[in-house]
Amino acid sequence: MPAVSKGDGMRGLAVFISDIRNCKSKEAEIKRINKELANIRSKFKGDKALDGYSKKKYVCKLLFIFLLGHDIDFGHMEAVNLLSSNKYTEKQIGYLFISVLVNSNSDLIRLINNAIKNDLGSRNPTFMNLALHCIANVGSREMAEAFASEIPSILVAGDTMDSVKQSAALCLLRLNRTSADLVPMGEWTARVVHLLNDQHLGVVTAATSLITTLAQKSPDDFKTSISLAVARLSRIVTSASIDLQDYTYYFVAAPWLSVKLLRLLQCYPPPEDAALRSRLTECLETILNKAQEPPKSKKVQHSNAKNAVLFEAISLIIHHDSEPTLLVRACNQLGQFLQHRETNLRYLALESMCTLASSEFSHETVKTHIETVINALKTERDVSVRQRAVDLLYAMCDRSNAKQIVAEMLSYLETADYSIREEIVLKVAILAEKYAVDYTWYVDTILNLIRIAGDYVSEEVWYRVIQIVINREDVQGYAAKTVFEALQAPACHENLVKVGGYILGEFGNLIAGDSRSSPLVQFNLLHSKFHLCSVPTRALLLSAYIKFINLFPEVKATIQDVLRSDSQLRNSDVELQQRAVEYLRLSCIASTDILATVLEEMPPFPERESSILAKLKKKKGPGNLPDIDDARRNVNGSTEHSENTEAPKKSSPSLVADLLPTNRPRPASSSPIMRSAGTMGTTHPFTDLLNLNATPSAGASLLVDVFSESPAPASVDVCEENFLRFVCKNNGVIFENQLLQIGLKSEYRQNLGRIYVFYGNKTSTQFLSFSTSVASCDMLKTQLNVHAKTVDPLIDGGAQVQQMLNIECVSDFTDAPVLNIQFRYGGTLQNIAVKLPVMLNKFFQPTEMTSQDFFQRWKQLGAPEQEVQKIFKAKHPMDTDVTKAKILGFGVALLDGVDPNPANFVGAGVIHSKCTQVGCLLRLEPNTQAQVKMYRLTLRTSKDTVSQRLCDLLSEQF
Amino acid sequence: IKSTKKHCFGKLRLQKWYTATAERDKKKMVRELMQIVLARKPKMCSFLEWRDLKIVYKRYASLYFCCAIEEQDNELITLEVIHRFVELLDKYFGSVCELDIIFNFEKAYFILDEFLMGGEIQDTSKKSVLKAIEQADLLQEEDESPRSVLEEMGLA
Repeated sequence: MPAVSKGDGMRGLAVFISDIRNCKSKEAEIKRINKELANIRSKFKGDKALDGYSKKKYVCKLLFIFLLGHDIDFGHMEAVNLLSSNKYTEKQIGYLFISVLVNSNSDLIRLINNAIKNDLGSRNPTFMNLALHCIANVGSREMAEAFASEIPSILVAGDTMDSVKQSAALCLLRLNRTSADLVPMGEWTARVVHLLNDQHLGVVTAATSLITTLAQKSPDDFKTSISLAVARLSRIVTSASIDLQDYTYYFVAAPWLSVKLLRLLQCYPPPEDAALRSRLTECLETILNKAQEPPKSKKVQHSNAKNAVLFEAISLIIHHDSEPTLLVRACNQLGQFLQHRETNLRYLALESMCTLASSEFSHETVKTHIETVINALKTERDVSVRQRAVDLLYAMCDRSNAKQIVAEMLSYLETADYSIREEIVLKVAILAEKYAVDYTWYVDTILNLIRIAGDYVSEEVWYRVIQIVINREDVQGYAAKTVFEALQAPACHENLVKVGGYILGEFGNLIAGDSRSSPLVQFNLLHSKFHLCSVPTRALLLSAYIKFINLFPEVKATIQDVLRSDSQLRNSDVELQQRAVEYLRLSCIASTDILATVLEEMPPFPERESSILAKLKKKKGPGNLPDIDDARRNVNGSTEHSENTEAPKKSSPSLVADLLPTNRPRPASSSPIMRSAGTMGTTHPFTDLLNLNATPSAGASLLVDVFSESPAPASVDVCEENFLRFVCKNNGVIFENQLLQIGLKSEYRQNLGRIYVFYGNKTSTQFLSFSTSVASCDMLKTQLNVHAKTVDPLIDGGAQVQQMLNIECVSDFTDAPVLNIQFRYGGTLQNIAVKLPVMLNKFFQPTEMTSQDFFQRWKQLGAPEQEVQKIFKAKHPMDTDVTKAKILGFGVALLDGVDPNPANFVGAGVIHSKCTQVGCLLRLEPNTQAQVKMYRLTLRTSKDTVSQRLCDLLSEQF
Repeated sequence: IKSTKKHCFGKLRLQKWYTATAERDKKKMVRELMQIVLARKPKMCSFLEWRDLKIVYKRYASLYFCCAIEEQDNELITLEVIHRFVELLDKYFGSVCELDIIFNFEKAYFILDEFLMGGEIQDTSKKSVLKAIEQADLLQEEDESPRSVLEEMGLA
């Protein structure tokens, strides 16, 4: 064992590291680093050629600085030089620098590849290993192109050293992951499989990893590995713990290799050959048996290694899903772990059991552990373990235990961590719907959900309860009664008001017979919540009110009074105002028959997959969610759905099935018609409406719109708020509201420009159907070309997407293009329009000139139409530096010493457009003496429109 | 294994990425992970779900070792990957401490490289890995024996 004295090798490096460690403050550290960087830079640039050792030392220092988190932008070349050194350590540091710092598409790749090629061909195993490591570490496409065909031959050559074989196998694996198409299959594959028989367990381990990856992609080519893997596994599990010498880890024989072999076998179904199959079953049984043996060591490493193999074996058993005895044994073993004192094992047991719950053979056995799992939910101190318990309860749920599980989840929800509440809400909602025998239980459960965790009840959940109530006559009366009671609570969640408003609006008549819930009482109850609610909810309540007018003529007058009140008719929100106006007119003008038709009860919704399930799937990713539909079908047979009228349960490809009109593409006709009803006034307001009602579907689609939440995108105000801030700068945030932030980065050269637009989703919900367009008025279209690249239609919560706009200035212009943005957020269509800060001055090229030249040109541009002058008050304090920065930002060159008065600013530049170039001179004279600070701005250009526009733009900046 | 890294109370000492990741994302991920892992209490389980990966971590004295693995990877064996790596460091440096890793970071990288390659175990035998490192050290000593301290000072 070499004695490692600190700083052996490179003393300078050690001194530097000590220095850094002795730095008392971040500033001192940065100072020291900058000093060092300057030193290294000068050494690298110096005339004196550096010897290999120095190069190595400096490269190593750079590496250290990089690892401290600082950017390194030089030294790559020196590192590449080190690669061709014959000295091992120099080469090694060179490779290290490259694998840590060179990203896969660096320009240096070709040079690096050359060095690697030399080392691979060197037949020096140590050098070959370094080269292979470098390929694996960088793993770029260029490297794959250069070496993918060479490495297989190194791997299977008879005279290759074991250690090189190992490196070659893993190197190939990495290349296969990054650029599979470049790794040629061929004759070598058969020989790779035989490496499973190799004497050297290290080679077998590396080869197994490679074969597993390859077999996942093309299982047929590697079928022969099954028997070899089983044989190898069998030899390992039956070996005495000392047989494998150094490959025994804390008394467990070759745990890594075992895990890998078991993983490889999971690429395939159970072996068809009976003998092979029974040999594998024996192996798995042996592994399960060993779990019951007393531990050979008290060390945690022993139990971890042993259980790692056990869990992988259980994964294989679950994957095969064919041996009932093994499945049940596995399940019982996991049951033991559920109560183990190691948190890690409890976590893994819960996780594995989740998959076992979906097997027909073990579902019942899993269910026997329900009490333990519920207990885990209550007592585990670690939220990630509790999360697994929730998952398992969800997976083991069927009709027999649904009530218990849902009740437990609901009670857990009261105290659950905020991070997992939404998911629990979704799960409860799904289970309640799926296993509801009587729908009163379902309604109760959902209302409980809203009561306990209203904030986490997403739209999908409350949409769904409404959908189900509308589709199921037997539960409507109960639902109306229950929401009515729930609304009595002094403080109830807004989601409850939504559900309550919708249900009472549809079915309030079913409970109106009781004097305690008479129409007026119902209305007053709903209206008492009105003022506490957000706009969408108020809109929904207004729709409920008009439905009340139809259901209960006796409250018509009361409701009309409400609609007529200033707070409704003159509401500042367009949508609310429009609804109030339209509903009021509708209630005054329409006959009872018409009202009854227009405000008819909602027709049943077409059955679809629950969008809640879709949401959960999306949240968890398809792989993570055990498909409880399939599970149940297997376990309980096909009778499961017989009492359940909700027929379609198989996943349909379109997962995001929209439930309510708000999510549905709006019927184009309905909205303008409602609008016309409001605006046409007394003439013939309902002709269109009636015509439409003649066709059966139109009535429904009209009602659909009654409940829509978003105002139609008729006209959106263009946001210009930040426009002028971009006159003198190119980057920044141009728009921001509660949902979206739009940032810009722009660059211009001559008459061309490019803007990168960054759309940031500030919410945690995905934006759907995201699209943008750039609009220009007709005149601007001839002056300015804007080409927008497409933008991703989905923006995940918290994510940012980028769009590139290419701009060409054809001739001088005044207007600015408008960026229109549309997307769906939580079912509502959002429209945003932003004035894009593309102004004429962006196409400036600064021009330096002497005082003499300046005045000469100034005189030449003396025609009255060429000059525009403006005198204006200063909006900001006068600060010379700020003013200079603004003038430079405007795009012109700032000319010093031109104006006799040093307080004045003088600038010159040329505007580039495709057709012409316009020279431009400007002068800004601050008057600091006056009481009110004033400026005088003079612009002279050869074109009057340009002078005017530039003057308008710049005068707003001071 | 997608990446391994280790750090001590907010300072990253060693990081290794086995999938191509942009530098900016790396920094972001490291920051996020540190926050999550450092916030965890001693008795909590060593695994957690993070983005679409699983994080396996273990604390040795002041150093945390973290691996990010994929959905179907084996958590327990990853925990032992970490332990074996610590054993290797320990054996090589002779009862390793954080300072060893700071001052000999390049060696720590070499050991990691010998042990893991492309995110997969290259050799699980302690002997084989150490043998490879020792050989390299022998080569290094041959290289460097003639260098005098004075020369060093002149260059430092």
